[in-house]
Amino acid sequence: MHTNISRMKITISTLAVLLLVVGSLGALTACEGAEEATGAPLKAQERLQVATTTSLYDTGLWGYLEPMFEEEYNVELDVLYAGTGKALEWGQRGDVDVITVHSKSRELQFVADGYGVERVPFAYNYFLIVGPEDDPAGIKGLTPEAAFQKLMEDGSASFVSRGDDSGTHSKEKAIWAAAGYDYEDVRNAGTWYVEAGIGMGPTLTMAHELEAYTLTDMGTYLAFKSDLELVPIVDEGGILLNVYSVIAISPESVSSTNIDMANNLIDFLTSEEIQELIGDYGVEEYGMHLFTPCAGNEPG
Amino acid sequence: MTKAIELIVSLDPEVMQIAGRSLALAASSCAIATLIAIPLGSVIHFNSFRGKRLLVNIIQTLYSVPTVVVGLFVFVFISRAGPLGNLGLLFTPAAIIIGQVLLVLPIMMGLTISALRGVDVTLTDTAISLGANRFQTAALVIKEARFAMLGAVIMGFGRAISEVGLSLMVGGNIRGFTRTLTTAISLETSKGELELSIALGIILLFIALVVSIVLNRLQQR
Repeated sequence: MHTNISRMKITISTLAVLLLVVGSLGALTACEGAEEATGAPLKAQERLQVATTTSLYDTGLWGYLEPMFEEEYNVELDVLYAGTGKALEWGQRGDVDVITVHSKSRELQFVADGYGVERVPFAYNYFLIVGPEDDPAGIKGLTPEAAFQKLMEDGSASFVSRGDDSGTHSKEKAIWAAAGYDYEDVRNAGTWYVEAGIGMGPTLTMAHELEAYTLTDMGTYLAFKSDLELVPIVDEGGILLNVYSVIAISPESVSSTNIDMANNLIDFLTSEEIQELIGDYGVEEYGMHLFTPCAGNEPG
Repeated sequence: MTKAIELIVSLDPEVMQIAGRSLALAASSCAIATLIAIPLGSVIHFNSFRGKRLLVNIIQTLYSVPTVVVGLFVFVFISRAGPLGNLGLLFTPAAIIIGQVLLVLPIMMGLTISALRGVDVTLTDTAISLGANRFQTAALVIKEARFAMLGAVIMGFGRAISEVGLSLMVGGNIRGFTRTLTTAISLETSKGELELSIALGIILLFIALVVSIVLNRLQQR
């Protein structure tokens, strides 16, 4: 009995040791920086954490720019994607050093509240309302505001809302307000108004499945277009302007923020060379410009 | 589907790196949780104390804790604005390990207790009548329960490697740093890259298969 017990003890401890070895070996090889991989909060190489809106991420723009920035400034850039609401929340809590978002009024509020240093626009494009080709509500050719009024009065054609407090959702709410409606009334208007609570890509897929309209940014729409039977229905109107800005988190709000590197990122994004690359980004793949650069200036 | 298999066969370096990271994180979490859960579960089983039944009930209730709730809990603690904020753990692999350990601990502890409880009482009685002391008896019961306890470890590993809400929330799905198989699946699905998502899902199941085979072999020796 004694030998059995000790053999069993050996087996269990071998098991634990093996798991630990696999774990730590795997962690060492899997991650680039060994120190970070084992979990110690050592900052061996400088890291900069940027929270970006999903539309800039899903189009692949950040994946394209990230290695250039890392090489130029010898820094690890951690790109976190989230809706504008969540990105602002992370910034406010100090969990990221810099944010790139697209919701002007909320950005101005964020800076006014002292969380951000300055709002620096760096690129823009336009939102568009997409929907089924046969345009069941007959809103083609209308202004965005008039199109929304018709959707509300008609009440039969479905509209899928992001419903997730993102920049696109903010824009949608702004259009409802400009169309003369209280947003709460829209939410309770009927089953035709669908609140998805998901990202732009899945929202487009849902609109496609439901044969519904939705408001989308140009970049995500182009990236998904081939899988969708949704066509641009309303794509003209000043209210559809979509400006992407970069904001460094204020060191007065969060003492641990990496303000110098955050400023480097802002300089990088607004530099002539990178602005040109942003302007040309996606032309090869989609046959059109996804973003128009606007280094530091408010477009329109 | 063919594209998914192509992606696996071609051993794309980024995909392999993500798979390695997933395995490493889940194995680390599972190892840490094993070292806590098995001793703690045994202590709970072999001692009688007031509120033991309640404690076991609570542990079993925590089997159902949603991963996002654990994620939220960890986030609130390690965010810069939280009590452990100055450690800078948020959006690092360490954050994921902390969360996964918390996530799988109840399951591994609860299943350890169940495993020990499942051992025939006549074994204990016989051991005591033959003059075994408390520790010898306990060791004997643990030995009898080892297969069921291995089940607890495999279960914990399975929950750790398959969770997505927690890793997304506290890891942030950073490319080349905290991206795991599940968070990559979530991202690629939202980008409409369904073939890649399926390929990643198959790889995850393959890892789970290998781990379960290795652990079973080890135990059967």
